[in-house]
Formats: sequence, structure tokens, C-alpha cells
Amino acid sequence: MTSTILEMRDITKTFPGVKALSNVNLSVEEGEIHAVVGENGAGKSTLMKVLSGVYASGSYEGVIVYRGEECHFKGIHDSEHKGIVIIHQELALVPMLSIAENIFLGNEHAKFGVIDWNANETRTSALLKKVGLKEDPKTLITNIGVGKQQLVEIAKALSKEVKLLILDEPTASLSEKDSQALLDLLLEFKRQGMTSILISHKLNEVNRVADKVTVIRDGRTIETLAKKDISEDRIITSMVGRSLDDRYPPREPKIGETVLQVKNWSVYHPIHAERQVIKGIDISVRKGEVVGIAGLMGAGRTEFAMSLFGRSYGRHITGEVLLKGKPIDVSSVSKAVDHGIAYVTEDRKTYGLNLIDHIKHNITLANLPGVSRHAVIDDLRELAVANDYKAKTNIRSSSVYQMTGNLSGGNQQKVVLSKWLFANPEVLILDEPTRGIDVGAKYEIYTIIARLASEGKAIIVISSEMPELLGITDRIYVMNEGRIVGEMAASDASQEKIMRAIVRGEGKAS
Amino acid sequence: MSTESTPAPKSGVAEDVPQGPRVAVSALITNLREYGLILALIAIMVFFQFTTSGTLFKPVNLSNLVQQNSFIIVMALGMLLVIVSGHIDLSVGSVAGFIGALAAMMMVIWPLGPLSNPLVVSIVCLIIGGLIGAAQGYWIAYHRIPSFIVTLAGMLIFRGICQALLGGGSSVGPLPDGFKALSSGFIPDVIGPLTLIPPTVNAAGKTIMGSGLTLHMTTIVLGLVAVLAYAYFGLRARRTREQHGYQAEPFTLFVVKTLVTSALALFLVYQFASYRGLPIVLMVMGVLIALFVFVTKRMTIGRRIYAMGGNAKAAQLSGIKTERLTLMVFVNMGVLSALGGLIIAARLGQAVPAAGLGSELDVIAAVFIGGASAMGGVGQVIGAVVGGFIMGVMNNGMSIMGVNVDWQQVVKGLVLLGAVVFDVYNKNKG
Repeated sequence: MTSTILEMRDITKTFPGVKALSNVNLSVEEGEIHAVVGENGAGKSTLMKVLSGVYASGSYEGVIVYRGEECHFKGIHDSEHKGIVIIHQELALVPMLSIAENIFLGNEHAKFGVIDWNANETRTSALLKKVGLKEDPKTLITNIGVGKQQLVEIAKALSKEVKLLILDEPTASLSEKDSQALLDLLLEFKRQGMTSILISHKLNEVNRVADKVTVIRDGRTIETLAKKDISEDRIITSMVGRSLDDRYPPREPKIGETVLQVKNWSVYHPIHAERQVIKGIDISVRKGEVVGIAGLMGAGRTEFAMSLFGRSYGRHITGEVLLKGKPIDVSSVSKAVDHGIAYVTEDRKTYGLNLIDHIKHNITLANLPGVSRHAVIDDLRELAVANDYKAKTNIRSSSVYQMTGNLSGGNQQKVVLSKWLFANPEVLILDEPTRGIDVGAKYEIYTIIARLASEGKAIIVISSEMPELLGITDRIYVMNEGRIVGEMAASDASQEKIMRAIVRGEGKAS
Repeated sequence: MSTESTPAPKSGVAEDVPQGPRVAVSALITNLREYGLILALIAIMVFFQFTTSGTLFKPVNLSNLVQQNSFIIVMALGMLLVIVSGHIDLSVGSVAGFIGALAAMMMVIWPLGPLSNPLVVSIVCLIIGGLIGAAQGYWIAYHRIPSFIVTLAGMLIFRGICQALLGGGSSVGPLPDGFKALSSGFIPDVIGPLTLIPPTVNAAGKTIMGSGLTLHMTTIVLGLVAVLAYAYFGLRARRTREQHGYQAEPFTLFVVKTLVTSALALFLVYQFASYRGLPIVLMVMGVLIALFVFVTKRMTIGRRIYAMGGNAKAAQLSGIKTERLTLMVFVNMGVLSALGGLIIAARLGQAVPAAGLGSELDVIAAVFIGGASAMGGVGQVIGAVVGGFIMGVMNNGMSIMGVNVDWQQVVKGLVLLGAVVFDVYNKNKG
């Protein structure tokens, strides 16, 4: 026997100038895991904000029926009171407070404002056990990894007697192992009768745990699929409105001479000086070649790339970098850029963009001399450049004067990419270039990568998504614990081979 | 990949500025918000013009207004860059006081011989101001000590040195006339005065002060040249835009804007001309304002400062040397604090231990009233200048009205809060 716990009917939400949601319907049964999928900017997060009361009742049209009664949430407090808890993609934990303090923040066991620490910690221990986290409640949040922080968020939700748990991209920044653990936990909760809504880009996860999938596109509900109809291809077709026969654009590699060579590269941790993060790496990349670096989270891939790019990470950096056979100095970002090296960050909001400035200024930032004379910027030339790259990378915005903070993830990524394309590098390092962006935008990014390679750039792609590496690269390095533990041509690589290299490498390291 | 001066694709042209009949209206609305601050200044001026029964716009008072507030505006130019880059400088009042004291000692007390010449002393003082900025900026930029703390220390240190230099509570003066001209002097009339109405002569054969109308012709000519240049460059920029296929702002709006600005400027020029001409300090200020507008709007270094304030990590990873840039911002602030200190000393004609005391707050308030964000990355030079004038006009107007100094502070505080609340509210709505 199942009954409907939540029904959202004809939800329409308009922002000045934009209709974010139009007549969206969502119906969730008690005790199921209901996935909501859609491209970035499709309106998933807006829908969840409507549900949780972030957008107060009255600011949207439509009806929310929760457990048989019509609800008018005025704020997040109202919805939490009814047992609806949302865990956002960006975790809302205070880093310098303990696990226990975070879980009961604003909700402490206290008498007359005096906190009963024992009660808090006992309850925290019980909650941590439920989510399978073995940590002392007194541990500071800053000292545990992202995966564990996610579990703390869930424990916090449990402390509020949650009946409907909403997870917004919970595994976006988790490793494979942590993701699996989290999904298992969701399934465990389901057995205990809890209802969850899962928002995710990772279709294999959706495939694994979801009982139903609702697809949203351009602010409309497209369809709700039952368990038996769920397949990745079906979801993708529904999400993008066309079938993607091929998820990766075709490419004929024309590989030339070696452009970049890194020899015996070693890096130590910036704070824990005795810890060696990168241990003698040798790699090379040739003209027109796309080289992938595979590995698990924490393998040191980003650290390697950033240390190479003007020593932006780590200390006691040793090793040699050769560009077309000649040693070069990459000890500062501007020197690296001058030598034609560009690094497109994995974290575009923190390291990639000035979110309070518009597209035009962001695109030219890494190459201001390219639009100026005697340090005076030529406004019209800058505008022409920005419009040119907007067209080339297909940035969707009203104009180049739109703030980058208001763009969707895929379009933000295209702005960061444009910035580095305009710097005209010979070697382009792309760190997780498609993280958190939707299927349609991914294809566009792959197309840009393919085009750059055909223009003769040397490209390094760091990615945690193995199918992506297999689909777009020519050669793959496998990295683990700061070392290169394998190298293979993409044509005879497979997910199994990469995993085997990682496991073998782990054996060697210990 | 070709990156150099690619001609704009046609598709970009259409998107550059929205087209259609609503353009004029929407442009007017955006521009109204942009000019809201200037309108506020004009409203405040008109208000005080009435409440002071016309004293505010009297030529003598306008000169006073400029001479009393120029140091705030000069320092606000530097403070704008500091705040845009995401920092704050609390030491500017103390640095100004210290430099004033140093200048006085060099010119009056210490036997420096020919080196006590006002020009030499001023240059030395500006250099020392730059060094002070570098010393503070060094800790902020390279050791990541919060600017609030470094400059709070600087505020205490330089006020202390200022007082010690002057030997306790005494003041040092009088300063030479050549130096005082920086604040109280007027540009010489190289063209020669034009007497429109001869002054009335009284029975004793002496002219009555303030009677008649004699115009300072150099001031008039300079004013006309400036207004014509403003209109010419505005037109030329429009034409280049259109030649490259981009749409410029609606022509009517441009004409109205240019006419209003020119009329206002000419009115002020006329007022100055009918007194003793343009104050030297106004010229100094005008040149600096123009320079800083150019640097922030058109030069790569200005763009980099905004990028750094908007997202320091992203700026650094884009090849911007953020440490050096931060240091330069504080060096610039130090030089302008020193200039502010010289202007204060020149106006008072002596160095006093309390010179510039508390002025850092006026300077910071001017920048925030002008629309800068405390988070960094946002703020305009013109905004800070108008903010400075709003503070100045209120000070001046309320003093003429006879409002008690205590209550003046209350009003200024409310205006600061109101301006920022209005700004934040506006941004959230947009």
C-alpha cells in the first residue's frame, strides 16, 4: 500500500523577465526514492526552493499538498517543522565548530539558554551511528573530508525528525567510494520507510537507487518514469529533447611533436610540510593530442596541475618543465601564461570567475594586453573579442554584459574556457571540465576540446568520469597517491583496466 | 586561433544593446539609477540653498566649500581603490596629520637651508607618504595580515609620531605663503580681469568689497575649453561606437546629459570667476579625479584591481600579481594621504597635533555613500567624489544654518546608513 506524501500541482514561478517554472507537477509516494533530473537551469533547484519555502507561499502560483493538507510555507522553518528537510549542494556547515555543535545548531538541547553538552553529544553519537559515521562528536568539521561532511548534514536532517529528505546533488563532490556509501545509506533509509527526493546529474546513480524519475526541461515537467522504464538513454533523450546517439563528438587525431614535458615533478603539502603530495611525476603531451589523467579523488591530480601552473599549490616544488624541448620557468602564473600554458580550474566559482562582473570582463582578464595599447584598454576591441568568443563557445546569455554569477554552470564553464582560449595557450590543462554541468553543455565542451586539438593545441584533461576520458582522449595516464601508476592508449583502455592500474598502484605504494 | 582585433560578428551586434521602442525608456531607467547619486547631491544643494537663504552658492562660500573638503576627496580617490580591492585603510587621517607635522618641521623648525623650499618639502613628503603606504601594504599583501589590523596599528603609530614631532600639544607655524597657496591660492589670471560692472566707490574714495562684477577671464576660458572638450570627446566616442556597428545610448539622452552637465559646470565656473577664480586646490583635485577615472575605467591596472576585489583567487590564477597589486594600491593611498596632509596644513597655515583626526571616517563614508561595496570589487571614482561632496555640502550647509556640531554628526551618520541601505535594497530588487 502506498500513498502520496507530496503533490506539487501546476507550480509556476516567475522572476523579473524569466519564467523559471511553468505548470510543473511532481507527485511523490510515501517511502520511495524519487529522482528529479534535468539540465542545469532547467528549474530543479527553483522547484525545491518553492517546496522548502525559500520562496514564500504567494510568490509562486500552484498548490503544494503534503500529507493530505495544502501547505503555505512562509519560510524554511515552516517546512522543516513539517519534516521536509533539504540538503543543499553547497554544504551549510560551520567549519570551526564541532560535529555535535553543527548538528544541533539553532536547535541545541538547552535549559534557559545554557547548553547541555552531554545530551547533545549522546544524541549526536546516536545519529552518527545511524548514518554510519565513526567520528567523535567533538571533531571539528574542518578536520573531516567532504564525504563525511555530507553524512553530518544527513545526521543533522535526521535530528529534525525528517520525513521527506531532499538531496540536491549530494555526490557532486564525493569520491566514488563515498558516493556508493551515501547511496547505500539512502536505500537503508528507504527500508526504514523514509521518503527521499534526489536531484542528480549522475544518471548511473539515479538508475541504481531511484524508484521513479521526473524529468524537468526548460521549467516544465516532461515526464515521470516508473522504475521499469528507467534507463540512461531514455532519461537523456527526455532531458535534452533529442536523442544523443553519440555522447562524444567524432574526432580524427592529428598528433605532432612533443610540446610539453614534465620530468620528475615533486610537490610537498603547503601546510603539512613533511607530506609529499606529488611524487616524481613524468608526463608528456604532444601537439594535437588530448591526454587524460584518471584517478580517484585525492589522487593528487588537481594538486599536480596547480603546482605546475605557476606554483599555485604546494611548496618545495622540484622537477623540470620542458616546452618543445627547452626548459621553461613556470614559477609564477604570469610566467606560465607567457609560456603558453593555461589551466582551467575544476572550481569555476572559487578559482575561475569574478562572479560580480560581466562576461566581457571575465573573458579578457587573462589576456588584457590582447585588448589594450600602452596599458589602455580598447573598449571596442574588447567588446568584439567577447562577442566573438560568446559565439564560438555558444555562451547563452542576453549579452556579454550579463553577470557571470547569474549564468548556469555550463555557461559559466564556457566563460572560463573562453578566457583561456583568448589567452591563446599552446598547452591547455582542463580540470574536471564538465563537472556539475548538464548533458547538452557537456557535448558542447567536448566539441570545443576536439576543435582545439585539431587546431594543434596540446590538451590535458583531468576527469573523474572514466567514460568521459575514454570518449574524448587519445592517451590516458592513471594517477594514484601522487604517482603515475599507469599509461595506456585510449583505444585499448577500459574502465576495468584503469581501476586495475589504480589498485595495483595502491599495492605498490604501501 | 586568431585573437587579434577580430571584427565583431553580426550576431553580437544585435545582442550588444537591446533594440526596439522600449530602448529609450529602459536606458533612462538604468541611467536614472546610475545618476541617482548625482541627483541626490543636487537635491541636497538645492535644499541648503534655500535653508541658508542663498549663502551656499555664493562665490565666497563655494571657494570655502572646495577648500574645506578637497582633502577628503583627494584621499577618497585612494580609499576607493583600497575598498574596491577588498581592503580598508584606517590610518589615512593619522598619516595626513603626521605628514602635515613633518612638512611644518621641515619648512619652519629644522635648519635645512634651501631644502626647506615648499616644493622640495612637498615632494619629499609625498615620497614618504608612499613609503608609509608600502610599509603597511607589505604586511597586508605579502603576509596576509588583515588590512583592518595593520592600518589600525598605523592609525595609532602615526598619530603618536605626529604628536611627538610637534613636541606634545603645540602647533608649528606659520607656514610660508608659497606653501599656503596650495590650499588658499587661486590660479593667476593670465588673460586679465574683465570688469562688467565697475565697483561702487564710497565717499572716502575706497571701493566697497563685493560690489560690482569683475570676471576672472582665465577661469572662464578654462571652463569653456573643458566643457567643449567634454562634449567633443563624448560625440567622438559615440561616433566610433556607431562606426564599429555598435549601438550607442539614445541620442536624446546623450544630449540632455551633456547639456545638463555643461550647464552645471558653467554655472559653477561663472560663480568662481566672479570671485577670485578657480582655487588651485580645485585644479589639483580635478586633475586627480580625471586621472583616476581614466585609470579605473580604461587602464589594465584598474581592471585588475576590480578583478582582484571581485575574486582574488580567480584573479591570481588569471596571471594577475595580486600581492604586488595590493602593495601598489596601498602605496597610492599613502601618497594621497600625504597630499591630503599637505592640503590640511596649507589651509590651516600651521601644523597642529589634531590635524586630520577622524578624517579617515569621512573618507571611508564618502566611498561607501558613493556606492562601493564593503566586500570589494564594486565602486566608482565619480561615486566616491560625489559622496565626498555630499558630506562636504552637508557639513557646510549645516554650519551656515547654525546646526550644532553634535547633531551634524547624527545627520551625517543617518545619511551614510540611508545611502547604503538604499543601494543594497536597489541591488536586491534589480
